[in-house]
Amino acid sequence: MTIDINIVEEGEELAKPSQAPMTGAVSAAPGRRRGKRPKLLFLRNSKAVAGLVILAFFFLIAIIGPWIAPYDPSARSEDVLQPPSWEHWFGTTHLGQDVFSQILVGTRGVIVVGFVAGILATAIGVVIGVTAGYVGGLGDESLSVLANVFLVIPQLPLIIIIAGQLPSVGGVTVAVVIAITGWAWGARVLRAQTLSLRRRDFVEAARSNGESTWRIITAEILPNLTAIIASGFVGTVAFAVLSLITLSFIGIGDTGEWNWGTVLYQAQSQLALQRGAWWWFVPAGLCIALLGMSLTLINFGIDEFVNPRLRSTAQNARSLRKRGIRPRIGFTPVVREAKEDRA
Amino acid sequence: MRFFLRRLGFYVITFWAAVTINFFIPRIMPGDPVRALIAKNQGRISTDAEAALRTLFGLEKETTLWQQYLDYWGLILRGDLGTSFAYFPTPVADVIAGAIPWTIGLVGIATIISFTIGTVIGSGIGWRRGTWADSLLPISTFFSAVPYFWLALIAITIFSVTLGWFPASGSYDRSLVPTFSWEFIGSVIYYGTLPALTIVISSISGWILGMRNMMVTVSSEDYVTVAQAKGVSERTVLFGYAARNAILPQVSSFALSLGFIVGGTLIMEIVFSYQGIGYYLFTAVAAKDYPLMQGIFLVITVAVLFANIVADFVYGVLDPRTRQEG
Amino acid sequence: MTLTDPLDGAGATSLASPGHLQRLTPSADPVLEIRNLSVDYGYDDDPVHVLRQVSLTLGRGEVLGLAGESGCGKSTLAYAATRLLPPPGLITGGEVLFTDRSGVKTDLLRLNETQLRASRWQDMAIVFQGAMNSLNPVYRIGRQIADGIRAHEPKTTQKEALERAAEMLDLVGIAPDRLRSYPHELSGGMRQRVMIAMALALDPQVLIMDEPTTALDVVMQRQIVEQIAELRDRLGFSVIFITHDVSLLIEIADRIAIMYAGEIVEDAAALDVYHRPRHPYSSALLHSFPPLRGPRRELIGIPGSPPDLSKLGGGCPFRDRCEFAFDACSKVNPELVYPNVPGDDPRRSVACLRHDPAAVRAVGEEPLPVPAELSQT
Repeated sequence: MTIDINIVEEGEELAKPSQAPMTGAVSAAPGRRRGKRPKLLFLRNSKAVAGLVILAFFFLIAIIGPWIAPYDPSARSEDVLQPPSWEHWFGTTHLGQDVFSQILVGTRGVIVVGFVAGILATAIGVVIGVTAGYVGGLGDESLSVLANVFLVIPQLPLIIIIAGQLPSVGGVTVAVVIAITGWAWGARVLRAQTLSLRRRDFVEAARSNGESTWRIITAEILPNLTAIIASGFVGTVAFAVLSLITLSFIGIGDTGEWNWGTVLYQAQSQLALQRGAWWWFVPAGLCIALLGMSLTLINFGIDEFVNPRLRSTAQNARSLRKRGIRPRIGFTPVVREAKEDRA
Repeated sequence: MRFFLRRLGFYVITFWAAVTINFFIPRIMPGDPVRALIAKNQGRISTDAEAALRTLFGLEKETTLWQQYLDYWGLILRGDLGTSFAYFPTPVADVIAGAIPWTIGLVGIATIISFTIGTVIGSGIGWRRGTWADSLLPISTFFSAVPYFWLALIAITIFSVTLGWFPASGSYDRSLVPTFSWEFIGSVIYYGTLPALTIVISSISGWILGMRNMMVTVSSEDYVTVAQAKGVSERTVLFGYAARNAILPQVSSFALSLGFIVGGTLIMEIVFSYQGIGYYLFTAVAAKDYPLMQGIFLVITVAVLFANIVADFVYGVLDPRTRQEG
Repeated sequence: MTLTDPLDGAGATSLASPGHLQRLTPSADPVLEIRNLSVDYGYDDDPVHVLRQVSLTLGRGEVLGLAGESGCGKSTLAYAATRLLPPPGLITGGEVLFTDRSGVKTDLLRLNETQLRASRWQDMAIVFQGAMNSLNPVYRIGRQIADGIRAHEPKTTQKEALERAAEMLDLVGIAPDRLRSYPHELSGGMRQRVMIAMALALDPQVLIMDEPTTALDVVMQRQIVEQIAELRDRLGFSVIFITHDVSLLIEIADRIAIMYAGEIVEDAAALDVYHRPRHPYSSALLHSFPPLRGPRRELIGIPGSPPDLSKLGGGCPFRDRCEFAFDACSKVNPELVYPNVPGDDPRRSVACLRHDPAAVRAVGEEPLPVPAELSQT
């Protein structure tokens, strides 16, 4: 998965004391846009909008899924292993259960676990990351080591041995376990950024004004971490969704509780592959991919919003080619289109 | 030197943390599932093995927690991870020892291939920003969002069930006797190709995206412009200046995300019924074989730590700043 | 004050070379001519015009200072002339003519990639602002100097290139055993010297220095400036020295061009700019820096801030901050003309409507005389 890698990079990127652009002109361009409302700017990012729309769709399904499902997802029928048809859009299982209904009903479990785990892990990450970055010294050292330990220890096997030893594993339990093991990415990035914020003038000023630590953190530091917290949250949700589905897929958790992973678990254990029942596992996987992509896109939007250098010029690549511009480092394109207004 | 000592200290701490987590998990969990398993196998289990299991899972209520912890470390350092129930009465350590070469062979090689190719592609895309190469991004975004194991299911459907090019499961032709013969090695490669390809395809996009972003960042550094100003060849600028620096964070993120990747690729073994650590973890979960589960977790952690040490060493070789004295 | 004014005695200035004033013959033997160079920033529909029809000539062996506030386009000019401006910079017109030692002129903007690569460093080398990031952190400095040499002289072996690199280091006063150092092992001043050594490795005819001393302390600044002056005398290359510090330029430059809002507003001999500024902006800029030597003068900041380049209409870009602005200034953008002061050096030029009555009359306004501040002799 890439989201996490991106977050760390972005963090390292941000952690550097903002690099001075090479020429005066370079700094002129971003400054020009500063006047517009930043929130609207984020929503003007087509990637972010696409991501949000897909996410909203899954949210809707998570809420209304059980009501609009045409069948009871667990109800057996005579139509065993049917390929997709008008009666069963996604076909049926070996017991004649409707896969479409299973997906619809299962959306809620995925979204709930993803977001509960995301919120919990982000909360832990913010507390530990900001504390480490702000306190510094020995406290920082030990909290950083703690975060790095949790980063290095393979999370999925850890989740598996914890969840595997619990007598009963409901959705919320899984979410808690995922949150306990998955907070470290966010904490690491937030620590780096807090560290650099702490040395900035406005924080120094607030401190010399005698403002309380609590106020400095809530009023000066946290607002400047919003983008990173948001991207960490989105990344953790994606991680949590993948973890939940993987856990369900290997049969950990309550198999009576429908989610996309349990659909895949059943498909795998009932040899859907060998029976050629592609409709059994393809829709669930595509839903996971779509949800994951929407989260990745939102994160791209946040990344590009924070770090304009990453903004892809792909959308206007064609117009650039038409004008003969090939943006390159070290070879400024020459286009003779200036109006001769000052001979 | 200080860099390496610091890192080494960190790995010692991480190892200690992993063992300690392993120690506490069964003690915190409600119920004593292992006691029931021991009871079920009463008479078949040797006294020594039973004592080891009691120590590992905290069934000796009469001793103090501290004494239990010390005993636990004694067992771990002796390499005694208890007895597997699913493969009774094979010791956990033996089960793992039989599985780990397969995992290292498959996951290790596939991960290195994926990292290498992904880094090369990523540097290309990052360097040629604003060209057709950017259109590869949405594709890699898609692959980065798909769970590894689902891709494995699709791969099996297409290449094994439909096309019949590769076997759908296993790690070598069962009619062969494992020896160092060309026939056997060929069979291992044949069986390993599809899982390895799937691992490469599913994990490569992460490396592509990471390297691309680093290239974009590094490309605007002054030393890249200086290199262009010097008029050295494009190759030298790209590989000697831009990619050479962009790979540094890529290597550290390799170390950090290794745990994640290993977790994901282990599930691949389940789908392919490939007899590595991941497959045994799956059977352990299914059979509620707790000693095996915990042993596997510990071994995976140690393996990831070793890979991290290697990655750190590579980083140290690549970045002269880490070799600074003082 | 015991410091002497540079003009008071010919031998009083230790920095200026003996031929300081004689060298002021740029147009006779130009090595680099920038003509009507225009640069946009941004590939979208409303780019910022950061350079508008800028023309500048660098004479052989001359030190040309380029000064102005941050964001005036002075660095952009240097990067655009070498085609090193990073995206989304875009050269939209003009010529950059380089004359080699045999007198052949080439337009750098019309070279293809291979030709440009071959020309770079050999003809024109550049020392960047902030030596911290200009050196590749993962290579030893010897290798970084050598790879520039070997890129242009493929027959040179690595050993020969390193020997040459050692000589170059020696030239800038760094012990040759530093070849095996990494950039992080050097101090800021040393790194900047390494950059200069690197830039001179191929004996270029033009050396562009973009704020080469900004990140250094004052002592180091002086040392570097003296070293450049000394090397120029020895090796005979021409220099474009870019800085916002005008007083530093008086020390080193033969000629100074003042830039404002993407245009050159005044171009004259260094001492003429210093003692007899003709443009209100030059005058104001000079008063915003303490002079390095000579009588102390009153420091006055320039009111207001540089205009937003994306919102420039017609008219003089400096008019809102100019104490001598009048009605015509909002109607026509002044062009570089010979100053309207009798007895001025015929090679100097200024872009101000106070000096250009013809342009004022052309838009139907009544010209105003040149104020006393801008017509000192």
